[in-house]
Amino acid sequence: MNAIQIEGLTKRYGDVLAVDNLSLDIEQGELFSLLGVNGAGKTTTIKMLSCLTKPTDGDAYLLGKSIVKEPAAVKSLIAVSPQESAIATGLSVRENLALMCGVHGFGRSKQEAKIKEMSELWGLDEVIDRRAGKLSGGWQRRLSIAMALISEPEILFLDEPTLGLDVLARSDLWDMIRALKGRVTIILTTHYMEEAEALSDRIAIMKDGKLLICDTADGIKKTAGVNRFEEAFVRIVRGVTA
Amino acid sequence: MLTFASRNTKEILRDPLNLCFGLGFPLVLILLLSAIQASIPVSLFEIQHLTPGITVFGLSFMTLFSATIIAKDRGSSLLQRLYTTPLAPLDFILGYTLPIVPIAVAQSVICYVVAIPLGLDVTVNMLYAVVSIVPVSILFIALGLLFGSVLNDKQVGGICGALLTNLSAWLSGIWFDLELVGGVFQKIAHMLPFVHAVEMERAILAGNFSAVPSHLVWVLAWGAVTLTAAVVLFLRQMRRQ
Repeated sequence: MNAIQIEGLTKRYGDVLAVDNLSLDIEQGELFSLLGVNGAGKTTTIKMLSCLTKPTDGDAYLLGKSIVKEPAAVKSLIAVSPQESAIATGLSVRENLALMCGVHGFGRSKQEAKIKEMSELWGLDEVIDRRAGKLSGGWQRRLSIAMALISEPEILFLDEPTLGLDVLARSDLWDMIRALKGRVTIILTTHYMEEAEALSDRIAIMKDGKLLICDTADGIKKTAGVNRFEEAFVRIVRGVTA
Repeated sequence: MLTFASRNTKEILRDPLNLCFGLGFPLVLILLLSAIQASIPVSLFEIQHLTPGITVFGLSFMTLFSATIIAKDRGSSLLQRLYTTPLAPLDFILGYTLPIVPIAVAQSVICYVVAIPLGLDVTVNMLYAVVSIVPVSILFIALGLLFGSVLNDKQVGGICGALLTNLSAWLSGIWFDLELVGGVFQKIAHMLPFVHAVEMERAILAGNFSAVPSHLVWVLAWGAVTLTAAVVLFLRQMRRQ
């Protein structure tokens, strides 16, 4: 079974067509990147897939569950790490992790085990009792992603996970995302071409709500007739291919 | 829902400004106005009149707490994350509303405890007055839910922190007798819930229970209307997220 099967997904805001008849399949365990310039429809697509907004037309099935007809079932399968660090700033790191365990209905023993597991996995031990609002951007982003993963999602949406991070923090986060590959299906949106190329199994490029291409990084470079991925992206978005 | 409510309680109580204004300011008012009363006797500021009024005035800070935390959450990505979890809309509404009720009750208790050494008689009516603050607090918290659903955190500071606290005070008959102003001002004040909340608390503390229902009706009616509007607006912003 595909992790995600998108069928003619469309979103219209008044006269603006944000996503236009998008169809694609994403395999289980795949790390799939959505690329595009601003306004391409990436975030709207993620919002529809995570049941934050309803599609105007079409549907998508996450592990067989419809985002239109079964949003509650879909929500139990997914987790979202939004573009900004989505943390409760007045709570400690431990309390933030406990908050996510609580909203997913974990009992006390499972909650404690998951907090221990996540703090070890994401190296949060040293800041576990510090107020989240006092942490650096890199630590906040780690916590934000750990909060998404603590519910053991089958599908994880990472929206611009390394935006605003310094080189070292970004490198650390890449390693952590790589470690998740194969275990969780990851949908990544990013503006960093090297990030998409380094991490992704497949990449989709969108423009004006439409899907332009969906292939591996090498396949996209081959289609564009260039050796650098960033150059391939520019050529495809501008409609210049080999 | 309880986890989410617990998080909201922690966020509110860990903000030192909330503690200063929410719990400290009403106490300062009781002490200050009692001192004025001792020098220049004014019946309105006699402790048995003043304290119930201050307990209601203090609730305007509950509106500020409620509106601020919702507006801040809306401005961050935290709510967006929580909207993708199994939490239902009712969980959010209860999670924002319920944690503030015990804070309101605690504030009321503290006001009455401080009023005792200032001359307030200890009677069982004090307990009834504290209990009856609950429906009034729901009204003020619902106002916070309503404003927090439509305003950003800076606007909330202006509207709830300055405008609402002043309006609810002027239109409640705490600081001056509304009959002295009379006319349209008095009529408007009596069509709003604030003066009824204060009069209800005063009547309960005085043991004048026959006067309670006519004021309670206004408080409950405004509470129901405000809460309904707040829920509608909260759900609307939730859909827009």
